[in-house]
Amino acid sequence: MSFVYSIFVDPFVQMIGAPDLLVQTLWEGLVGGVLYALIALGFVLIFKASGVFNFAQGIMMVFAALTLVGLHEKGVPAFLALALTILVMFALALAVERVILRPLVNQPDIILFMATFGLTYVLIGLGELVFGGNPKNMITSELLLPSGSLDFKTLGGLVSLQKIDIAAAIIASLMVAVLALFFQKTRIGRALRAVADDHQAALSVGISLDQIWVIVWFTAGLVALATGIMWGARSNVSFALEIIALKALPVLILGGLTSVPGAIVGGLIIGIGEKLGEFYWGPLVGGGIESWLAYFIALAVLLFRPQGLFGEKIIERI
Amino acid sequence: MTNLKASLLALAATTALTAFAFPAQAEDSVFVPLFTYRTGPFAGSGIFIADGMHDYLTMLNERDGGIGGVKIAVEECETGYDTKKGLECYEAVKPKNPVMVNPWSTGITLPLIPRAAVDKIPILSMAYGLSASAQGDTFPWIFNPPDTYWDGFSQILKFIGGQEGGLDKLKGKKIGYIYLDAGFGREPLPLIEQLAKDYGFEAKLYPVAAAEMQNQSAQWLNVRRDRPDYMVMYGWGAMQPTAIKEAVKTNYPMDKFISIWWPSEDDARGAGDGAKGFKMLNWHGSTPDFPVIKDVQKYVVDAGKSQSPKEKVGTTLYNRGVYNSMLIAEAIRTAQQVTGKKVVTGEDVRRGLEDLNIDAARLKALGMEGFTGPIKLSCSDHNGHRPTFVQQWDGTKYVKVSDWIEPLSDKVQPLLQADAKAYAEKNAPWPARTEACDARS
Amino acid sequence: MFYREAGQYKTTYQADMSVFPILQDRIGLALIIVAALVLPLVAGEFMIASVMVPFLILALAAIGLNILTGYTGLVSLGTGAFMGVGAYACYKLSTTFPAINILVWIVASGFVSCAVGVLFGLPSLRIKGFYLAVATLAAQFFLQWCFVRVPWLYNYNPSGAIEVPSRTLFGIHVTGASATPTTRYYVALAIVIAVTWIVSNLVHGRVGRSFMAVRDMDIAAQLIGIRLLRTKLLAFAVSSFITGVAGAMMVFLWLGAAEPDAFNINQSFILLFMVIIGGLGSLIGSFFGAALIYVLPIIVRATPETFGLTIGAATVEHLTYLITGALIIFFLIVEPLGLARLWQIGKQKLRVWPFPY
Repeated sequence: MSFVYSIFVDPFVQMIGAPDLLVQTLWEGLVGGVLYALIALGFVLIFKASGVFNFAQGIMMVFAALTLVGLHEKGVPAFLALALTILVMFALALAVERVILRPLVNQPDIILFMATFGLTYVLIGLGELVFGGNPKNMITSELLLPSGSLDFKTLGGLVSLQKIDIAAAIIASLMVAVLALFFQKTRIGRALRAVADDHQAALSVGISLDQIWVIVWFTAGLVALATGIMWGARSNVSFALEIIALKALPVLILGGLTSVPGAIVGGLIIGIGEKLGEFYWGPLVGGGIESWLAYFIALAVLLFRPQGLFGEKIIERI
Repeated sequence: MTNLKASLLALAATTALTAFAFPAQAEDSVFVPLFTYRTGPFAGSGIFIADGMHDYLTMLNERDGGIGGVKIAVEECETGYDTKKGLECYEAVKPKNPVMVNPWSTGITLPLIPRAAVDKIPILSMAYGLSASAQGDTFPWIFNPPDTYWDGFSQILKFIGGQEGGLDKLKGKKIGYIYLDAGFGREPLPLIEQLAKDYGFEAKLYPVAAAEMQNQSAQWLNVRRDRPDYMVMYGWGAMQPTAIKEAVKTNYPMDKFISIWWPSEDDARGAGDGAKGFKMLNWHGSTPDFPVIKDVQKYVVDAGKSQSPKEKVGTTLYNRGVYNSMLIAEAIRTAQQVTGKKVVTGEDVRRGLEDLNIDAARLKALGMEGFTGPIKLSCSDHNGHRPTFVQQWDGTKYVKVSDWIEPLSDKVQPLLQADAKAYAEKNAPWPARTEACDARS
Repeated sequence: MFYREAGQYKTTYQADMSVFPILQDRIGLALIIVAALVLPLVAGEFMIASVMVPFLILALAAIGLNILTGYTGLVSLGTGAFMGVGAYACYKLSTTFPAINILVWIVASGFVSCAVGVLFGLPSLRIKGFYLAVATLAAQFFLQWCFVRVPWLYNYNPSGAIEVPSRTLFGIHVTGASATPTTRYYVALAIVIAVTWIVSNLVHGRVGRSFMAVRDMDIAAQLIGIRLLRTKLLAFAVSSFITGVAGAMMVFLWLGAAEPDAFNINQSFILLFMVIIGGLGSLIGSFFGAALIYVLPIIVRATPETFGLTIGAATVEHLTYLITGALIIFFLIVEPLGLARLWQIGKQKLRVWPFPY
């Protein structure tokens, strides 16, 4: 009986008992979720436009952050380094399109997925070869990002919001808004949506697939850079961050592989869900359940909606 | 297609070549392989140690022409902290007759423990690996000086006791333990349970999964809820800077946050000013102001023979690597004295490690006066259980803030013995010790 | 010319439907097996212990995954954890009943893995494609968490690892430190040949065909009377059985002791890549894939030393990553259907040589 209580009653009693901690947990979950959502967003952009399940998205995030910090370490001023990193990401998009996508056009999904794994290895090797494998501190203050925290004495306790987390949430929202505008209002954006709908139809009305792919991979690279800066500021920049990027996978399938709003909503659900789960229910089994909780949340949703929350309905014909 | 076939053929040819052609070992040198990791998620800690180990041995070669007139052949093998790659390294160096291996990973040490006796290659797992391998009677080939993780926890506890005015004052306190949820971090759990019972404190456990090393906000929210009086950390690699940052974020009083001996300066620096007051155990200096480090700088770093950036020479983990290599070199030197041979083998170095006796005079001769305390190993004690001290981060460097703290041997020793016995039973038939004991001294 | 089936007449249907209908294939296979048997006589210890034993074990695990992904079309990212289930099961069984022969337990641990595999295979009826792949990640992370958190699984060892005890077969050490690499190699070879032979019969028979029907289109397969749930679960069962056996072999015949981290997500990914690059739905492809992904980095790592170059160990490692990644992309572009397809093309060329048609 007490077991049932500890699962279904105690956690909620705790939540009401210490509202400041509840708010803090929700906030931590929200920030984590925003960052998961950003990684997932990169996946979705590429998957929509080129049908590639880009395993390298996580590594692109680390690579971008590492390039930024590595250039700064070599004496390049912060904002010049940022500009150069953006250039590098553009060059990467060009290279991916020329070397990987173009020769492999029309191959099965799983082959393209495999190719992005090869890309992962190349980026790990290249990044460590050029900048070294030692973890680096993110150049937060040089990029004029705030540090420190805002403390609110409310709810019978203390709610402490990190300024960098607030900045992350704002930048993420701005990015999503700009991307949405870009997709809806510009010519390239419309072309992108056309490609996402039907490659051949898009080709037949004169849209250059190659060009679109470069743009999409570049956009995903920019998103990766933003995510890399934020995660880097939370811990540090090293290839260990790649493991975090795997968390984007449950976010992705929860939201649906092809849906941008899905990636955002999925990110928030997973982020908040796993923090609440770990904080209130984790101690029951000794904690550390965060590593698999997200996947079970996603699995539970998939059993009812096999295409994810916002994914396109899967229609099978013979 | 022909291109491809040709390249496949070339690949096959290289396999054959690499499989059979081992470079012949020069006769007048001792071969010391160093298993290092300058890549992977733990590179942040691994690079300093690799540089320190490598540079000290190079310095001996440059300054003294090796040990006792015999050059040291040093070879690094990159493991990436991965057990499978580590075993590959082990198999690759085995035919070259190494005098000892330094796995630098608990995961790699464990499979090597039973092999050491068969292959006659001693293992030096310096303050990591299997704690029970301190029992030389059960593990004649494994050495883990100067302390086990259990010693380390008892020393931290003693320090906390000292802060509170005696171990008996721990009653009713809450001590949080945040650890890497793997073999290494879980090892002290039985001891913690035991000590919590003995001293009446409450232990709060905060495991961090290896995949979640950089995502610890949930653990630290728990810390905020539980408000432990002290926090103890057993971390490694990317877990440590993240934990320190989160502790700062949570406004946890940093001077009550004490780590085992693995954080580096960079780990604390990343968290900014808030990290001031952070404490960790250590048993050697963390500055370059010792004759031995000066020699390394002179003969190796300034001569351009080091991979280490100049400003990292003499930092905590770099010096850890130096200490590790000092043990290697002294073991070889002792082996030379015991056997009278110049070119020693793995079996000789095993005896050399058991006879190891680095007293104050020897430390002075090594240029390590004040760098670390003396250490003496024996046939039954492969660890030494040396005292350690606490050092504190002042914003730019670590400063020693305590005296030497002895481990709670009366609590730790019975556990070590029981554990060594259990290991031998579980791995029955575990070979009984047949190696003779020199009993020098 | 070298590889021509002209003149080889089949007089029974059975002969025509055999797995190797062509004489040259049978000769080739016999040659490979003989070569594998005599290899320890000529190769060094490193070659056997660090190249051949891991290669055989990984190839076996790749065959297991290939049943699921290549033959049945169900992508799995939980293979590493299923190997772990086999390893932990074998450890528990052999330490609880030390009197019974270790080979029995290696095979028996496959059944434990099989049961866990079926359990995690249940969602496959409803979830498909990449969605299923991510669902199997739930198995990967949950099982790995269990390996850390259930001390009963590792007999409450303070090290948190499973350590392989010494066991003998006919008086010869096959596991533990005293077992020579050659012994371990022969045991692994025997198991791999036996399993490959059974699987090859399985996939060429009715069961294998029903797997492939499900892969090609599961709704159509259902229409022609294949029971989807049973077939998919059977694929999960067979696949996890083999990966479980491979996992037990990995710890008992290769590593000697293992922390939970040995069965991490990277292991799962690497096995999936072996299957893809070797060739989906091909047994020989699994061997090719294991050779390319596992042995290639070893060669790249050893190359500078062979040519007398001294490059720092870390730089070699970075270059290994770079070159391995580039080669993966290269092979995919040359032949997206995998090395097994290259092999087929090669055989075809040999058949018609010197006339191109």
